[in-house]
Amino acid sequence: MSAVTHTDPAEHGAHPPLPHVRKVAMWAFLGSECLFFGTLISTFLLYRNRTGDGPTAAEIFDIPFTSISSFILLMSSLTMVLAHYASERKDWRRMRVWLLATALLGMTFLAGQVFEFTEFVHEGLTVTTSPFGSAFFVMTSFHGAHVAVGVILLLATAFMSFGGKLRADGGMNVELVALYWHFVDIVWIVIFTVVYLLQV
Amino acid sequence: MASTDHTAHRGGAWGWITSTDHKKIGILYGVSAIMFFLVGGVEALLIRTQLALPNGDVLSADAYNQLFTMHATTMVFLVVMPAAAAFTNYFLPILLGARDVAFPRLNALSYWIFFFGGMFLTISFFVGGAPDGGWFGYAPLSTQVSEVVRMDYWALGLLILGLASVLSAVNFITTVFTMRAPGMTLMRMPVFAWMAFVVAFLLLFSLPIVTVGLFQVFLDRNLGTLFFQAAGGGDPVLWQHLFWLFGHPEVYVLILPAMGIVSEVLPVFSRKPLFGRSFVIFSGIAIGFMGFGVWAHHMFTSGLGPVAEAAFALTTMFIAVPTGVKIFNWLGTIWGGSIRFKTPMLFSLGFIAMFVIGGLSGVTHSIVPADTQQHDTYYVVAHFHYVLFGGAIFGLFAGVYYWWPKITGRLLHEGWGKLHFWTMLIGFNLTFAPMHILGLAGMPRRTYRYPKGLGFEFWNFVATVGSYLIAVSILVFLWNWWRSRRHGEVAGNDPWDGRTLEWTIPSPPPHYNFATVPTVHSEDSFWHDKYREDEAGIAVPVAAAPTTLDTAAEEDIHMPSPSYYPALSGFGMFIALIGFVYLPVGLVAVAAGLMVTMWGLFGWAMEPLTREPHE
Repeated sequence: MSAVTHTDPAEHGAHPPLPHVRKVAMWAFLGSECLFFGTLISTFLLYRNRTGDGPTAAEIFDIPFTSISSFILLMSSLTMVLAHYASERKDWRRMRVWLLATALLGMTFLAGQVFEFTEFVHEGLTVTTSPFGSAFFVMTSFHGAHVAVGVILLLATAFMSFGGKLRADGGMNVELVALYWHFVDIVWIVIFTVVYLLQV
Repeated sequence: MASTDHTAHRGGAWGWITSTDHKKIGILYGVSAIMFFLVGGVEALLIRTQLALPNGDVLSADAYNQLFTMHATTMVFLVVMPAAAAFTNYFLPILLGARDVAFPRLNALSYWIFFFGGMFLTISFFVGGAPDGGWFGYAPLSTQVSEVVRMDYWALGLLILGLASVLSAVNFITTVFTMRAPGMTLMRMPVFAWMAFVVAFLLLFSLPIVTVGLFQVFLDRNLGTLFFQAAGGGDPVLWQHLFWLFGHPEVYVLILPAMGIVSEVLPVFSRKPLFGRSFVIFSGIAIGFMGFGVWAHHMFTSGLGPVAEAAFALTTMFIAVPTGVKIFNWLGTIWGGSIRFKTPMLFSLGFIAMFVIGGLSGVTHSIVPADTQQHDTYYVVAHFHYVLFGGAIFGLFAGVYYWWPKITGRLLHEGWGKLHFWTMLIGFNLTFAPMHILGLAGMPRRTYRYPKGLGFEFWNFVATVGSYLIAVSILVFLWNWWRSRRHGEVAGNDPWDGRTLEWTIPSPPPHYNFATVPTVHSEDSFWHDKYREDEAGIAVPVAAAPTTLDTAAEEDIHMPSPSYYPALSGFGMFIALIGFVYLPVGLVAVAAGLMVTMWGLFGWAMEPLTREPHE
């Protein structure tokens, strides 16, 4: 962060380079998001054993299935890196391919989450069953909503690249989306470890 | 005037709605804060009128519950926070030597979300009753009775106001990191800019916590989740933790901007640099960190257990240390100065005196057994009004009188200003000092009447008289404001012989702030341009005083163009919020509102920041 903590006297009064400014803002925003997910996960940890008459974590979690969907989400970080790399080289065609691949993997993850939720509801766990159910569904839904927003950002970036807007910004938008996307991935690693693996 | 004036100076309502100028947005925040201050003030006067005599029958219990809830919610979220945001918006870029904040349109979006959020909370009075569960909405008060939508208004209103504050925080943090003028190192930043910076971090890290809590309250009410439902296995105390993990940093969000203003005013009117400047800054940072470690002292009666109570008692005592450091630094600044008792100085001195009283009664709350006695009595009400009214509001009024000439170009009248100060100081102490006695005598807060014969009559009557005197002082202020529009003395660039960059530019500043971006060589740089010290350390004017008039060519200054997309996005959120209150029918409004919001955001993303001039 040392690059951002001093002002470059060479830029006499001009607005500092916009990509740089946006990156600082994105980091600040992600800092806020850490507390957001931290609170959701804390709530879950408080309620993990308060299952009432409903199913417990050990009874309901399907670790092999969730491992696969976690793997898919992690792979989307790889394609995101490739998209960013392509945009740095101004290889717009390949960048679009990787952006769409990332969005596709994200949507696959979301589909897996929808499937998982449906399964849980069939097995008798809903938001109203127990505090465990409330905390689990609200936490994972907020994560899913973040993935969905990420997919929209990815598609919008790919779409905007046709209009030539990305070229002017030197691919910066791709880097911002990448920061967000990697963050959402990392949050899932924490959720998968703390909420799934440690509870069964 | 090629590229600058073609749109930025557009007047009229549309000019204000579409403005991306940080100064105009700052004025919008300020005017909104004063408007809500009058609303919150009337609520307070109704409460005091009800309590003037035993067995008061001005208000029903139900109306009383709504009024005390909305008085607190309004004053915290719609008055003190936006008033501080007004000064931060207007002066943070100027103090840093910048032409605008990092993201001008995001700044406009923050304002419009705040404005519609405030409207959303306030209209609840007219559609079935305002929130009535207290401003901290303890479960189950906030989660029960789901057929009445009052606390839905509260939860959603606070959610959206929180979003506005997080966006501003991101914006201000980025502004400080990237927009400082050449030579403006972090430690050369004026103390007000520093405090605004710390506040931005406090907001950034505390609001997401309560955001989760508010979602949980809303879902408990509308979806049947069990987060805070004790009967279903949930834990209502979790809400208290989530709320106060936000709520205590929030206390410093309210007071630090006022501390920053006072740290600017005292040196100017004592004609001395701020004593121990870096110590004041580091104390502010220390408060920011420690503010996250004291929240449970609000919960000493909720059964935390002796270990947690002892730990939080200690941290609560410790956080008084950096605050005390600041008090001594302010006294050291005044000490030996050539003091001018202008209105901003009076309000600053009033701030110090009242804040010390409130701070001392705050330390008494760290004694757990004593706090258990005082909990939910008027002693607590007295304490937090001494820090938030005697502290924050006095500090903010110091800022109003200090920066008014810069914002409007005209000075407020000194005589009326001093009358405002003295009536407010006397009225304030008449209102809130007796509450210490009432609280220690056992009068509980939030009860809408008290019987005769408990010894509460006399001091309640005194407090009510005091509150009317505060109302008079506000009328004096409004009159002063009104008359200064035409009859105020023209201020010129530098009416107070100031020390910081805002006094180098015209009053009111041009929309680009600085024709030539300044290069900063020291802290209090404008002072050092005007004065040097002789051998005895006495400030003597520099022979060739620098011209303060800033008249470079304006052609090449590109300022952000106006945009209606931020206001449109904010409006969309407002519609969606109303829909969320009236689920499931409201889903139509939710969908419509979200579509409008998306329209605004996508239009925004496609719109270039600076439009090329059409000439």
